[in-house]
Amino acid sequence: MPPQTLFEKLWNQHLVCPETPDTPAVLYIDLHLIHEVTSPQAFTVLKERGLKVRCPDRTFATMDHSTPTLTEQVFGGVPITNDSAARQIARLEENCREQGIELLDLQDQRRGIVHVIGPELGLTRPGSTIVCGDSHTSTHGAFGALAFGIGTTEVGHVFATQCLLQRRPKTLAIDVTGELPRGVAAKDLILAIIGRIGVAGGTGHVIEYRGDAIRALSMEERMTVCNMSIEAGARAGMIAPDQTTFDYLRGRPFAPRGEDWDRAVQRWQQLPTDAGARFDRQVEIDASSLEPMITYGTHPGMVMPISGNVPSHPGDAVFDKALRYMGLTAGESIRNKPVQVVFVGSCTNARLSDLRQAADVLRGNRIAGGVRMLVVPGSQPVKQAAEAEGLDRIFVEAGAEWRESGCSMCIGMNGDTVAAGQYSVSTSNRNFEGRQGAGARTLLASPATAAATAIRGRVTDPRELLS
Amino acid sequence: MKTKPITTLKSTTVALPVTNVDTDQIIPARFLTTTTREGLGRHAFADWRYGPDGTPKADFVLNRPEAQGCRILVAGRNFGCGSSREHAPWALLDCGFQAVISSEIADIFRSNALKNGLLPIAVEESVNDWLLAHPGAEITIDLEQTTLTLPDGRSVTFPIESFARYCLLNGVDQLGFLLGRDAQITAFESTHP
Repeated sequence: MPPQTLFEKLWNQHLVCPETPDTPAVLYIDLHLIHEVTSPQAFTVLKERGLKVRCPDRTFATMDHSTPTLTEQVFGGVPITNDSAARQIARLEENCREQGIELLDLQDQRRGIVHVIGPELGLTRPGSTIVCGDSHTSTHGAFGALAFGIGTTEVGHVFATQCLLQRRPKTLAIDVTGELPRGVAAKDLILAIIGRIGVAGGTGHVIEYRGDAIRALSMEERMTVCNMSIEAGARAGMIAPDQTTFDYLRGRPFAPRGEDWDRAVQRWQQLPTDAGARFDRQVEIDASSLEPMITYGTHPGMVMPISGNVPSHPGDAVFDKALRYMGLTAGESIRNKPVQVVFVGSCTNARLSDLRQAADVLRGNRIAGGVRMLVVPGSQPVKQAAEAEGLDRIFVEAGAEWRESGCSMCIGMNGDTVAAGQYSVSTSNRNFEGRQGAGARTLLASPATAAATAIRGRVTDPRELLS
Repeated sequence: MKTKPITTLKSTTVALPVTNVDTDQIIPARFLTTTTREGLGRHAFADWRYGPDGTPKADFVLNRPEAQGCRILVAGRNFGCGSSREHAPWALLDCGFQAVISSEIADIFRSNALKNGLLPIAVEESVNDWLLAHPGAEITIDLEQTTLTLPDGRSVTFPIESFARYCLLNGVDQLGFLLGRDAQITAFESTHP
């Protein structure tokens, strides 16, 4: 057999029917994650056609997008302010009950952002195909899974058949050599990659992140990298499984046990890309030359080193419109720009290690007057683990708000928003216009940059506080 | 289950000369707390279309009198990037659009559009630039021939996934095709770990 990439192995192992010129491949889906926002219309179609969910045991539900993060609303019986969000949550409960799907409901202590809980529970496994009606499903690729976001019609297809019709995407290898300098995070690496290849640089491709710098990342850092693959337009992002992957998964609630575990690891060890396998495209990045990164515009490709100046593109009306929206001018430095909001959270950067990085910077400091800082753990288990090591006290004593888990200010459809015109340094994944609230101005950065910025009330290079 | 077949579409265009139009612009997230797919058109491009008090902005293309009744939207490169929300094509269809033209269309948006009968048409940059510079041009999209014909009679072909095209032309829905593969799926499951 010719040498194969990680992606090709997974693709071939999940082919129910191969593709032909006339028809796409029928691809089997091992795990279908669902949430309250993109599933109700798919359940409706299923009911209208008299169909059942084919594999409830391969389907797992949580609620995260439109759920509140205020403790009194999650646990204290205070009603959810937005009626339609409350209805959406009730509908998910009803649909999961009817179809026999396991659901982590609002008060479940395992609940959290769908892309945080999958790995945490050991549902996410190397070599599997994983889909969810959410574009950040690419996160799970960190485990050597083929994981991608789908629309609601496709959610219905997976409900009814456990399969999807797919044309085979192309492959893009991103080789990251060298070592990330101190104070430069996985978030900075992925922002730099997006800056390099552009927001459509990965369109039609599945990315495999490779190289020494990737091998050196923890699983949580790998998830941050794969998470933002979609911001480069890619279908999915993947990292070959290794001992780091196996060590993370062993003993997780849904991970295989005993002999099953040993057999699974043997299978997973066969997955990495074979020597001599070919990619459709290849890009090389030197990690050792990177700095903390920050976005200045209205998509994640409008990004620069934090020490840089906002670039200029004379004659580019769309670029100028983005700068006007952001209230920035070409040539100006972004450092020391006053900010009003700092958000540490989202499926990109709300795992325990992210919270630790923010807490390390904040420890013993207070956030600047006039800054509102929200720290929203990615899941309830992350919250409990953070509290067990006292991170919550560091945040609260610094003057930040410590919330229950959810998508929160990343998407601004749950009560947590940034006001029009305000600057927000956010550890989330999208700086699109209005993403954090109508008129909000988002600057994407790492948890350490967010925390350093909160202390000074101005955009701050975290390395200045790490000495 | 049959859907309405689509063969040709003739319409004037609305031009939105913006690159990287993301699905958060097409329909902002605050309108996603719904459990149906109907009625989303009034929220399409909400933050570009309406002022903070909800009044339509006169200078936004969709609000201009000449945009009314146009069924083809032309936009800059990388249309539909970002979130996987199918609410984006639902909102555009509800606004009366039946095709979106761009020099590049994001993967998930394209897939979602095709499943709802909204034609995602990717054309060469030069053709797209011409269309953006000539809003209101009457063009014809022929799905059978996979051609787009400009007002001067010039025709260009566009790529479209063959199965999606077949389904649109014949009003066949893709779920029906997948359900027809039940025996193969069951056989696959019997050996898949």
